[in-house]
Amino acid sequence: MRVVKYEDIVKSIRDTIIYSTTHLAPDMLEALKKAYEEEKSEVSRAVLAQILENAEIAKNETKPLCQDTGLAIYFVKVGEDVKVDGGTLREAIYEGTKKGYEEGYLRASTCDCFTRANLKDTVGYNLPPIIYLDIVPGDKIDIEFAAKGGGSENVSRATVLAPAAGKEGIKEFVKKVVSDAGPNPCPPLVVGVGIGGSFDMSAVMSKHALFRNIGTPNPDPELDQLEKELKVELNKLGIGAMGMGGTETVLAVHIETYENRMCHIASLPVAVNIQCHSSRHAHIII
Amino acid sequence: MAEYKLTTPLTDEDVSKLKSGDLVYLSGTMYTARDAAHKRIVDLILNGEEPPFDLKGAVIYYVGPTPPKPGEPIGSAGPTTSYRMDPYAPTLIEHGLKGMIGKGKRNKDVIDACKKYKAVYFGATGGAAALIAKAIKKAEIIAYPELGPEAVRRIEVEDFPVVVINDIYGNDLYEEGRKLWEQK
Repeated sequence: MRVVKYEDIVKSIRDTIIYSTTHLAPDMLEALKKAYEEEKSEVSRAVLAQILENAEIAKNETKPLCQDTGLAIYFVKVGEDVKVDGGTLREAIYEGTKKGYEEGYLRASTCDCFTRANLKDTVGYNLPPIIYLDIVPGDKIDIEFAAKGGGSENVSRATVLAPAAGKEGIKEFVKKVVSDAGPNPCPPLVVGVGIGGSFDMSAVMSKHALFRNIGTPNPDPELDQLEKELKVELNKLGIGAMGMGGTETVLAVHIETYENRMCHIASLPVAVNIQCHSSRHAHIII
Repeated sequence: MAEYKLTTPLTDEDVSKLKSGDLVYLSGTMYTARDAAHKRIVDLILNGEEPPFDLKGAVIYYVGPTPPKPGEPIGSAGPTTSYRMDPYAPTLIEHGLKGMIGKGKRNKDVIDACKKYKAVYFGATGGAAALIAKAIKKAEIIAYPELGPEAVRRIEVEDFPVVVINDIYGNDLYEEGRKLWEQK
């Protein structure tokens, strides 16, 4: 049994949060540079130039890339042969989140659903985080983190199609979600699509699909093909950077399916989770 | 895509020359306000009381910044999605507001009020929060400090970069820009 210190997990999470909210991930930076080169609309190019300059300023001055430093989202895989010493893993994630948001001068964006009161003031805790836990073989703790903003989350959608809708029905649904979203989610976008499992599982997978680095092909050749086709079709919508009209609306489409593409014989669940151009994500293995 | 430099407060003459798609650099005094602050300001106006700042020629920036680091006037400060302010914006425009800065679509009431009372909706680049913060030289909370990031601030800006989305002539860049590049 490998023993990991509680404080080490807290520190890793704190540092990861501060770094990833101020340094745009290399895959995103590269995708945005490519979009800038390929964009044909003058006004969208001006917006993309601002986005790239913003990443440079944020990095040089350790300032948040976006003022919406999001909900803290974690996908955690815990090895069966690892033990946390000094507290529970959940407590460590909570404390790391609190420290990261407080000490990084990040905005706390959690509030009461009904009163809308901030759960902590402007210099905040941003608790609770959203945590998906899985237990796997091995002695490592694998943590994926994202700071997910509200603007892009608000236009995300889930549905259950009739099985007869098939691949074409899935495409139509994804196109409708991106088209309806228009300028609001801060394009250019990464589009996460979850297919299969159950209603709720498709939504979780659509969120997890956002963590895959841009440029990494889908291991399933048929899904890889579908991702590429969808990207081309979505870019034909003409939405452009910040919705001002242009050719580069979508940086990537990432699809995840449940184990062996499984779903119920009567159902075809599909979810679309939209990610803005400020995709702040990180992966740590402890 | 024309480029303009304008100083607040904005006049009818200023906004008359702006067309959707123009790039504008704003300087001068602006105010920040989001959902809860808008509701309070509109309630004051409807009760016949004075709003916390002079609306004549004013520009409101929809933002909920990150906390400032010590010694800085403001934290990262990109625009928030504007539709949440749609129920309140027409009343403010009627009472003199000349400019709104945010991101995302506005409803018909706001667009109609822009035409009728000569006001403009500007889009700022969402997520470009570190870049925009550089244009904000001073910030001071002038109302509703208890709202935290949603408090009303008076900000002094220099060359704050925005794009005209809705002008006073009924043009909408989100509609027209998209039509121009859509491939059927």
